[in-house]
Amino acid sequence: MQKHSIRCMSCLRLSKPGNHDQHNSSYHQATHTNSKQENPIPSMASNPTISHVVHNLYQQEPERIAITLLFSNQPDQNITYRRLIAGAAGYAKALSQAGIRPGEVVILILQHGTELIYSFFGAILQGAIPSIMPFLTEKLAPDEYRHSLEALFEITAPAAVITYPEFIEEVRVAAKGKKSIRAILVSNEVTSIADSMIAEFNGQYSSPRDIVLLQHSSGTTGLQKGVALSHEAVFNQLESYSKAIRLSKSDVIVSWLPLYHDMGLVAGFLMPILTQVRLILLSPFDWVRAPFRLMSAISKYKGTLTWQPNFAYNFCAQKIRSRDLEGVDLTSLRAVINCSEPMYWESHQMYLERFQPYGLRADALATSYAMAENVFGVTQGGIEKPVTIDHVNRQALSSQRVAKLSLEGEDALKMLSAGFPIENTQLRIIDSTGIDLPERHIGEIAIQSDCMLSGYYNRPDLTSRAFLDGWYLTGDLGYFANGELYVTGRKKDLIIVGGKNIYPQDLEKLASDVPGVYPGRVVAFGVYNQLLGTEEVVLIAEAQPIDTEARHKIADQIRTHVNRGSDIALRYIKIVDRAWLLKTSSGKIARQANRDKYLQEERHV
Amino acid sequence: MSILNPMNNHILSTLSEYITTEILKQPNRSLAPDQPLISGGLIDSFSLVDLALFIENTFGVHIEDTELNAETFDTLHELSEIIQTRQS
Repeated sequence: MQKHSIRCMSCLRLSKPGNHDQHNSSYHQATHTNSKQENPIPSMASNPTISHVVHNLYQQEPERIAITLLFSNQPDQNITYRRLIAGAAGYAKALSQAGIRPGEVVILILQHGTELIYSFFGAILQGAIPSIMPFLTEKLAPDEYRHSLEALFEITAPAAVITYPEFIEEVRVAAKGKKSIRAILVSNEVTSIADSMIAEFNGQYSSPRDIVLLQHSSGTTGLQKGVALSHEAVFNQLESYSKAIRLSKSDVIVSWLPLYHDMGLVAGFLMPILTQVRLILLSPFDWVRAPFRLMSAISKYKGTLTWQPNFAYNFCAQKIRSRDLEGVDLTSLRAVINCSEPMYWESHQMYLERFQPYGLRADALATSYAMAENVFGVTQGGIEKPVTIDHVNRQALSSQRVAKLSLEGEDALKMLSAGFPIENTQLRIIDSTGIDLPERHIGEIAIQSDCMLSGYYNRPDLTSRAFLDGWYLTGDLGYFANGELYVTGRKKDLIIVGGKNIYPQDLEKLASDVPGVYPGRVVAFGVYNQLLGTEEVVLIAEAQPIDTEARHKIADQIRTHVNRGSDIALRYIKIVDRAWLLKTSSGKIARQANRDKYLQEERHV
Repeated sequence: MSILNPMNNHILSTLSEYITTEILKQPNRSLAPDQPLISGGLIDSFSLVDLALFIENTFGVHIEDTELNAETFDTLHELSEIIQTRQS
């Protein structure tokens, strides 16, 4: 057994970048200076794997609480490292007995809870590669969910699936003809195993370069792009990111985020568990119905850190009753980190005004730019100093693609900084030809780091297209000012709703299925709603009938079909005549141009 | 409880108007009392809290967050029955 070395983490402060000429290039990298910190988290042993680290943490302090799991109407449930590894080892054993070998993919179709947690680590202990598929919600149409499953099975060629007994039939149907799938395991037949049996597992032979997990966005398009991450990438990210947020063992992380999303999986799951930071884990299902439960949990467990997408700032500020906040104390919070969709100053203000009376400190509001392709964090802002706000001229930003500082008295756009790059992650802002742009010029964000994805799983074509001369092209647009990154938009047509990545082509395809709609004559896009703090989805379809009643009916059918076939709810549906939609010169529906046309028309209504 | 009950009608139309205007953004459409709202994908999970707050503010009836699912209510009819039962 490899010894878990405690390397002193003396370099913890992320300071302003120096040592490179910012005027000549937009190449940005964090540097750091020495500072001391109480209770530092143990640095990872050289060349660690997740199996080794979990096993070592169990051996060091088996009774230490790793996770406290919270569900509405249930007592809080503590999971110690002993329980975690015993539960995981049960799954590892079951996978091993089913003949699942290291390096093979295991799909987890389970709801938030102990089975999901244990099976995830169990697959890793077996040296297999877990991938979490979002569970079927009550609104999702089983047919559409099955299509998603089939798409996922097709591309990842999993060896096993783990799910509930009542879901087995569904999986069997989707797995039909998929020769790779040799086992469908039922969660209730897997039991934790005794301590004495824990020592031996195949994962101990994993190498740091091996793929440890796959992470997907939803929808048929998202499922084609499984982000494959190695042990090494995960640990490099945890090392750099935990420094950026000054993580210490006295921190308490509180999360309601789903585990199939990078923010939930890394910041709200793997990072705390692998660094012995206490994790208080709520169910996303409960949170969305009772956002106050996050505040109660922070108050009860003296939470210090939490992550959430921008919309959650608005959601919590607007939808929590005061009586549900009685006695809540948020003074323990040192950072509420905004991440995974465009961030807005107005959302931060709204949140602060609502929760300051309960002890939320203004300097606790923080920001991050993150993506699964970099495991998680790329930049971090607002730790130990408030988030920088850049006051820019609105017009220059949209028409000249330059973030000019606004003049006194102008109606400035308040841009929230995403902060500085974390250690060992370099950023560039480039134009369409790959040339670096000067400060304050908007271009595509490109990244290079020691924690990049190994590739899109089984998709070398997508992987090679994602890189330019060794730099990962994010598809996001932004600019640099004084070494800090500001994200302004994105190049690709992706829609982000409440932090979830939604591919418009998936929604368009669903709408095309509806009788009366001209197939392919559909466009979907997002429009930012400041009140909600996120994008709302608009769908425009060209359809045959002209009378209003028939059009309402088609709109209804589109709404039902798209909502039940995807992760989102359509907000606005517009039925238009043939030839309303604009096409590109190559004959494709032009999303951006149609979005502009729609907004123009709505303005005149 | 009958759908023809005038109190029930009032609740139904109030709920229907709120949902079509605020959630569906289609003020001109109508909702059938037995149309599945949650399982039918008309009301997404992000709108459930709004619906509960609206019901509390309008009818003085509290719907627990653990009741915000299709098992407890999935149609306007079921929802109005809950409201009437709790009002009495």
